Amino acid sequence: MIKTLAAHIKEYKTASIITPVFMVLEVVFETLIPFLMASIIDDGVEAGDMHHIYVVGAFMIGAALCGLFCGVMGGKYGARASTGFARNLRQAMFDNIQTFSFASLDKFSTAGLVTRLTTDVTNMQMAYQMMLRMCFRAPVSMICAMAMAFMINAKLASVYLAAVVLLGIVLAFIIRGAMKYFQEAFPKYDELNASVQENVSAIRVVKAYVREDYETGKLKKASQGIYDIFLKAEKQVVLNMPVMQFTVYSCILLISWLGAKQIVQNTLTTGELMSLLTYCMNILMSLMMLSMIFVMMSMSIASARRICEVLEEKSDLTNPENPLYEVPDGGITFEHVRFSYQKESDEAVLHDINLQIMPGETIGIIGGTGSAKTSLVNLISRLYDVTQGAVLVGGHDVREYDLETLRNQVAVVLQKNVLFSGTILENLRWGNADAGEEECRRVCRLACADEFIEKMPEGYHTYIEQGGSNVSGGQKQRLCIARALLKKPKVLILDDSTSAVDTATDARIRKAFAQEIPDTTKLIIAQRISSVQNADRIIVMDDGRISGFGTHEELLAGNEIYREVYESQTSGGGDFDEKAGEA
Amino acid sequence: MPGPGMRRGMPKGKRIENPGKVFKRLMKYVAKNYAPHLVLTAVLILISVLANVQGTLFIQSLIDDYIEPMLVADKADFGPLAGAIARVAGFYLIGVAAAYAWNRIMINVTQGTLRNMRNDLFSHMETLPIKYFDTHAHGDIMSTYTNDTDTLRQMISQSMPQVFNSFITIVSVFISMVVLSIPLTLVTLVMIAVMLVVTKKVAGLSSRYFLEQQKNLGKVNGYIEEMMNGQKVVKVFCHEKESIEEFRALNDALYESADKANYLVNVVGPVNMQLGNVSYVVCAIVGGALALSGMTGLTLGKLASFLTFNKSFNGPINQVSQQFNSIVMAMAGAERIFKMMDEAPEVDDGYVTLVNVREEAGKLVETPERTGRWAWRHEHQADHSVDYVEVRGDVVFDGVDFGYNDDKMVLHDVKLYAQPGQKIAFVGSTGAGKTTITNLINRFYDIQDGKIRYDGINVNKIKKADLRRSLGIVLQDTHLFTGTVMENIRYGKLDATDEEVVAAAKLANAHGFIKRLPEGYDTVLSGDGANLSQGQRQLLAIARAAIADPPVLILDEATSSIDTRTERIVQDGMDKLMAGRTTFVIAHRLSTVKNSDCIMVLEQGRIIERGTHDQLLEEKGKYYQLYTGNAIAN
Repeated sequence: MIKTLAAHIKEYKTASIITPVFMVLEVVFETLIPFLMASIIDDGVEAGDMHHIYVVGAFMIGAALCGLFCGVMGGKYGARASTGFARNLRQAMFDNIQTFSFASLDKFSTAGLVTRLTTDVTNMQMAYQMMLRMCFRAPVSMICAMAMAFMINAKLASVYLAAVVLLGIVLAFIIRGAMKYFQEAFPKYDELNASVQENVSAIRVVKAYVREDYETGKLKKASQGIYDIFLKAEKQVVLNMPVMQFTVYSCILLISWLGAKQIVQNTLTTGELMSLLTYCMNILMSLMMLSMIFVMMSMSIASARRICEVLEEKSDLTNPENPLYEVPDGGITFEHVRFSYQKESDEAVLHDINLQIMPGETIGIIGGTGSAKTSLVNLISRLYDVTQGAVLVGGHDVREYDLETLRNQVAVVLQKNVLFSGTILENLRWGNADAGEEECRRVCRLACADEFIEKMPEGYHTYIEQGGSNVSGGQKQRLCIARALLKKPKVLILDDSTSAVDTATDARIRKAFAQEIPDTTKLIIAQRISSVQNADRIIVMDDGRISGFGTHEELLAGNEIYREVYESQTSGGGDFDEKAGEA
Repeated sequence: MPGPGMRRGMPKGKRIENPGKVFKRLMKYVAKNYAPHLVLTAVLILISVLANVQGTLFIQSLIDDYIEPMLVADKADFGPLAGAIARVAGFYLIGVAAAYAWNRIMINVTQGTLRNMRNDLFSHMETLPIKYFDTHAHGDIMSTYTNDTDTLRQMISQSMPQVFNSFITIVSVFISMVVLSIPLTLVTLVMIAVMLVVTKKVAGLSSRYFLEQQKNLGKVNGYIEEMMNGQKVVKVFCHEKESIEEFRALNDALYESADKANYLVNVVGPVNMQLGNVSYVVCAIVGGALALSGMTGLTLGKLASFLTFNKSFNGPINQVSQQFNSIVMAMAGAERIFKMMDEAPEVDDGYVTLVNVREEAGKLVETPERTGRWAWRHEHQADHSVDYVEVRGDVVFDGVDFGYNDDKMVLHDVKLYAQPGQKIAFVGSTGAGKTTITNLINRFYDIQDGKIRYDGINVNKIKKADLRRSLGIVLQDTHLFTGTVMENIRYGKLDATDEEVVAAAKLANAHGFIKRLPEGYDTVLSGDGANLSQGQRQLLAIARAAIADPPVLILDEATSSIDTRTERIVQDGMDKLMAGRTTFVIAHRLSTVKNSDCIMVLEQGRIIERGTHDQLLEEKGKYYQLYTGNAIAN
């Protein structure tokens, strides 16, 4: 894990090394100051030597300035190293996600990826900065102060050593106890947030059933639970404070008592006693700092792990060695295709699929939810790789093509489609960056999107909000179809892409396809029989198998599932049904 | 999607309008439940600070009053020193106890305030009109619960006591310093002034970069969110290189501003600390000179004490300046929390209520027991006479105009009449206003003009809770709650027995699949029922509506995302549910609405055709086009 992360420090290696060096130097100067201080009091003030005070004072100012310089530099490079590291991590993750196969995307989920790229990276940035600036500083500060203390008076300094060991043990116990509760608390916290989230998205249900008070009661119970567990955790943490204070105070008093004895015995000067007391704070504060760093670091380990998962994920869909850059035609062949989403799983989604589709054919695909319609078409543009068998486009196995070439020639309009923030034109040009406005208008006419675009005040320059929230579902689907058409693909796949478009418009789009792009192979997944019944041939999917493949009439005569679906959608009327049947 | 499109909420990192006011309000909020705790904490902090100060004072007397005399005495007597140390130790112990006590109390205050705030925020949120949820991004609402309360926790538990602690330390140390030596105090003050000026300069500079960093962070996060959502589309369009380049530009900009902002924040600490050291040295030199001259009565011991004070004076100032950032952030969070708490709740001045009735001698009599017969209790405002109108499910729209905003009407002059037990269907293309009509019956939104009557009563006069209780609703997006299947169905009627739940499930044709679930009715659903299929979730939603047993049902695209074979099963359950109730059905699939008593065809907010299926086909109008898919080009 550390190796994976460390690989992304890259150009910030120097800054990462310089930072702790400066921080350590800063500590050295800081430790020097009380030492010089003692000298001022002992050799300057007590000896009445004003000159000595000036000289040592000048040294002290010098040390402070050096300390300042080191502190500022440490801050500067610490900021650079940590923000730079965060930048590299973010970029590396984003870059790697771009190479993800659909299988990897499914594995991580959108929300999971967003959290990793945002919150987790921020956590890492903070932890890294903390590590560079404090991880070295705190122990070095402690060691320096301890060394100085031992130099002044080893006997008294051993009091500190004892205190450090004792405090260290107690702190470790407290932290362990607190961490246990915190680990219990965080899932509860997530649960609470999940329940709020649930309420925000299901507010219509809550209000429709007049369950506002009921929900409030539920939440109150959950938030009381959090209150209880956090109270337990914090109760442990709060012990830190008195234990720490108690140790510091004990040390001060002990040193005062023992120091006074030594002064009387002439083995210690008053100046030295003062310095020892100053180091007392330094040593114990450093220890406190270390315990804090420990807590912070252990909390960021989870983030680090999650980031590594993304960085280490490798796409199993790779370009072949000598890829083909030309797709001859839009013919599609499935040869004994078996497919499952998990490699190891025995549960296949598609079983022994054999298909032969001619270039330019229009194929309808119909079947119940979960019958693997989407899985079937996803194999054509190699969004997933088959588990067994082969999928051929234009006579070649899809695994022989350059991925980009294949996906440009096999355009898919996904079921869950997305528009991006930007103008309509910008969105369309995803299909072809060089397309002129005239070309964009043409494909919009094909997809019946021109009618509503032209009604918009800014027409093709209308700005689409994030997620396309300012266009309706049907409009969004039509824009997505237009975007795919702009690729001029040899194969066009519509995965339930007109479900929000009314039947009449749906029919017009299909008619336009038949007239304007007759050479393109068209695969249309739909729920509505009317969307597919005019296709050249129709595939009926059932539980991962092809239950029927033929024309509307053939299927109506020979396929029970098809007939059932057909009847469920058209039955109930008198004359009308016969008319629909003839069409 | 129901209702109008979402609008993005307030951008983050906006300036706080009035931090003082927000702070005062926050304090008031905390004090509402924890005033004695706060007072006690203040007293305890005072004690712990004083204990600390007396310890520092002791170091003065340690040299002057105990060690020096012993040095000159013939025989050192450690008795007085031992006594003094015992006394100081006593005070220290009190200090430690006080410190522990206030820290312990503050946990209760912090966690308790956060709990109350979550509860208040949530119960207030539940009263907000649907419009609020339709016009605010859900992510922004959530972030009020997560990020904003988090910053508050930091502020209440750490920053507030810290600042108070520092304040008391500063005051007490200042007094001690004045007592020890006025000239040296002046020297210290000058140095403090320098520190403050420098801090302010750096803080001003850093806050500029911080705002820029927040802005850039917002952009990066926004881009990440958008791209991760559309990642599959990116792949399908081979747009990877472009998005990497776009992201790199945003990421680099973020780095630039984050680097500077963090640098400046990092610098504040060392600068203040070293200035503190310089202050220490200057005091030592001036103090040394004064002590040697012997003019001001400054002794060596006093100088030593003073220098300790000098150090403990710099410390808290440093701390306060470091807390500054987190206080600013907490204020921004508090402002957003209070803003949500200030959102106007749904108004409800209805006074007609829903009651159980019994028939006695041909008259309806109100009764507290559940009779299964419901009536509207209508108390006339003029003469306080009370009428009972039996709930039958008679809904009338009369010239209804409605718009989500006043300037853009969505429905125009809608007239409709639904008799008890009738099935009324709405069809039309997306955006025609079908969902909007159902949003008006249960008063999720209020109409601009016209009247809606329910059993002859204007819906505005009916108490909202009672109105909604009499309406069952099944939506396109089935929202289930975390909990067991049993609990989810019971949501429709909280006091339903297990047998009633099973009966409702049977009615909705859900019993079959529930029984096959690993734990049957006790199977826990999580994450909006993600472990069930669309159709199964839909069936549960129908069972939930069935158990509520309302006289009027609204089915909004309840089966649109189910394939037609599954739909048959669902439809069967729905038909049973609809029997004997007034039902409003919205559907895409015309097969679902065919057997309705009356079908309304909506276009652009107007009812353009109405009639039964056969009548409408005869007319060969819009319905005919929609049904046959043979649109006449227009």
